[in-house]
Amino acid sequence: MTAGDLLFGLCAVACLAGAITTISAQNPIRGAMGLLTTIFGIAGLFLILSAEFLTAIQLIVYAGAVVVLFVFVLMLLGADARAPARSGRSGASRIFGGGLFALISLFALISVGGGQRELTRFGTVGEAHGSVEAVGRELFTKGIFAFELASALLIVAVIGAIAVARSRQGAVRPKKVVRSPRDLFAGPVHPRDAGRPLSSEGAE
Amino acid sequence: MALSDTLEHYVLLSSLIFTIGGVGFLVRRNVLVQLMSIELMLNSVNLLLVAFNRVHGATMGGQIFAFFIIAVAAAEVAVGLAIILSYYRLKSTVYTDEADLMRH
Repeated sequence: MTAGDLLFGLCAVACLAGAITTISAQNPIRGAMGLLTTIFGIAGLFLILSAEFLTAIQLIVYAGAVVVLFVFVLMLLGADARAPARSGRSGASRIFGGGLFALISLFALISVGGGQRELTRFGTVGEAHGSVEAVGRELFTKGIFAFELASALLIVAVIGAIAVARSRQGAVRPKKVVRSPRDLFAGPVHPRDAGRPLSSEGAE
Repeated sequence: MALSDTLEHYVLLSSLIFTIGGVGFLVRRNVLVQLMSIELMLNSVNLLLVAFNRVHGATMGGQIFAFFIIAVAAAEVAVGLAIILSYYRLKSTVYTDEADLMRH
């Protein structure tokens, strides 16, 4: 049992516990904290796999930006993000779909790796493997076109996010919550009735 | 037995995280939790790419791929959260069951 094995075990447990917390927490803030735990665990695994540059990127981009963005949106939505939805649907189909997915992937895992006895060991790599210098050289020689495309993608995504999330302050419309398709057709039939609601539910 | 220098352990861990993320995406109704499940799946694939890159140590292709996946995931989260905010303004909820009409 070396120090690397200890770190691997710690990171694996952190990843799995965080992932299960993410999908099972009723409060999405706790889910975001579970996602953060998973991200830290995967950053530790990157460190074991001698990918120092990706460890830094993982911590900066995921833990520093993505999770913070999630938490911002959760704070913005407030209690509505965790309020139980009023829904008449049962969860049976969702549970069935999720269980089927889990069964299929676990079966695939067992059928591929079940009979294998010989494990693949990592060889030795050079000192520079995964360092900022090596990744940067690769990125700016072979991957320069993809790198520029990624920058274009990011600027388009930022502009698109601003355009989609911006509230339209000029066009304030009366808010109409459509609860069922019948509400769309249940308007006044005669102009005489235009001001009066049809049922007591719509009366202010 | 060494845990940390065997490829199969990373493949197993990565598949487990991917499965958990997929189940979360299918089972939960909260759009924010579904987006977090997508992040889990992307992270597990990143782990797999870096682990295989460690086996083929002569090249850096896996790590470059993981780098671009992180960039695309950041863009996806920005646009996804903007869409969720816009949806919340429309429906006053973030649950997918409410999105059952093709007009608003």
